[in-house]
Amino acid sequence: MSDLRELYQEVILDHTKRPRNFGTLEHATHRAQGHNPLCGDQLALFVEVEGDRLRDVSFAGRGCAISTASASLLTEALKGKTTAEAHALFERFHAAVTSSSDQPIDVAGLGKLAVLAGVREFPMRVKCASLAWHTLEAALARRAEPVSTE
Amino acid sequence: MSALDVEALRKQFPILARRIHGKPLVYLDSAASSQKPACVIEAIADYYGRYHSNVHRGVHTLSEEATAAYEHARAKVRDFVRAQSSREIVFVRGTTEAINLVSQAWARPRLRPGDEVLVTELEHHSNIVPWQIVCEQTGAKLVVAPIDERGDVIPQEYARRLGERTRVVALAHVSNALGSVLPVAEFARQAKSVGALVVVDGAQGVPHMPVDVGALGCDFYAFSGHKMYAPTGIGALFGRLELLDAMEPWQGGGSMIRSVSFAKTTFASSPERFEAGTPNIEGAIGLGVAIEWLERLDLSAVHAHEADLIAYATASLSAIPGVRLIGDPRERAGAVSFVVGDVHAHDVGTILDGEGIAIRAGHHCAQPVMDHFDVPATARASFAVHNGRDDVDLLVAGVRRVQEIFA
Repeated sequence: MSDLRELYQEVILDHTKRPRNFGTLEHATHRAQGHNPLCGDQLALFVEVEGDRLRDVSFAGRGCAISTASASLLTEALKGKTTAEAHALFERFHAAVTSSSDQPIDVAGLGKLAVLAGVREFPMRVKCASLAWHTLEAALARRAEPVSTE
Repeated sequence: MSALDVEALRKQFPILARRIHGKPLVYLDSAASSQKPACVIEAIADYYGRYHSNVHRGVHTLSEEATAAYEHARAKVRDFVRAQSSREIVFVRGTTEAINLVSQAWARPRLRPGDEVLVTELEHHSNIVPWQIVCEQTGAKLVVAPIDERGDVIPQEYARRLGERTRVVALAHVSNALGSVLPVAEFARQAKSVGALVVVDGAQGVPHMPVDVGALGCDFYAFSGHKMYAPTGIGALFGRLELLDAMEPWQGGGSMIRSVSFAKTTFASSPERFEAGTPNIEGAIGLGVAIEWLERLDLSAVHAHEADLIAYATASLSAIPGVRLIGDPRERAGAVSFVVGDVHAHDVGTILDGEGIAIRAGHHCAQPVMDHFDVPATARASFAVHNGRDDVDLLVAGVRRVQEIFA
């Protein structure tokens, strides 16, 4: 196992303790609920889309360090992005956290999100890192059913 | 003082020789599933290597031997829970299947709209959901007896919910999430006084204390093998014979039919009526061996040993600043639940795993309990005969490591 410090990096701990863009978004045009039945993590994602841009993004709920940090980092990364850019980032992020641990990690274009790539060493925790992203996809697709990682 | 030789016991569990992430395995997750002593593992290999065959089927030697072993295991279970007759012991996949059997085969044809099924707030989902389903099917109502801040069912609240509409009381012997031991005998006595059926989820009871279904006064007692050193996929349902005999089958198939075979002279309608299809023979044999093994250790000694561990774990964990124990039941068995500051239980679990320590992190299939204490999840350390105070010390060191990382 790689060192736990790899998983619990400073950036992740910082976002867990002080999540950014935390709370509901009054003018949200899109929202969705995400749920990880394995750990009971619940989160709600709020997006205000203007034209094809994500003008504002926030989240609420509670979860483990990985899911909270991932949601927090997501909100920072997506503000101001177009929906197409958001989808592309989701794809890249998803590929990184689910890649096989004997392959080099491709963090190109992930920016700060790269700190989460270490979860690929912890298969049980990949869902934690992906929850916010799956919830985002549901919000943008306006799916009413809550997202479940099961 | 413990009467168990923990060092010698550890040598009986092959898996404890494993190293996890370079550290010796410290297994504190027996409430989820216990590890198996070599005698249980070997009994399964011996069965497949020497006398595997279907049971209650053929007249050949192997079938006779397999049937004898299977029925010997049933007799072991009978004695283990102090039942009157082997016919009162139905082999099932586990506690969940046992409770589903009772809810579908006993309750479903008998419940009427307006009838009530009383459960407690600390039940495992397996003692909630089957009752919700049968209530849905029959128009009966699920009623919940609440717990207090210590994690014990409030006796007055329980008594208040008993009435002439109460047809079934379904309760745990020991809470899997908190370790609370329920006053089953007293609750059963009260339930019987209103004519209710008493169903006990004994999954967390049998591994830790002697069980006497007569003394408990229950009608059904369900438990799993795999939490008491036996294989997965096997469990047993004790049911009072007149109840079992009055119940319709719940699954149809081979073995349950009277006219087929050989060993049926020994048995009447129950338990075979409820064991359609080829059963889990290896599991039953493994369960029987696990019972013999546990009885050699002496369950009273097991209980004393684990009580010492729990007292030590409770004291050690609560002495760590920032650690909060969840629940403080008046009598506890098997498990201690806790949270480490604001750190989510899954992060606690991942970091402890890095230290070779296996605990359960999550809602323990008892979400109402989590809601009661307003936590999404807890870390739970649960104990078995092979655990010693040194395991608790390692757990404490691991928790401090969690705090370091999240400092």
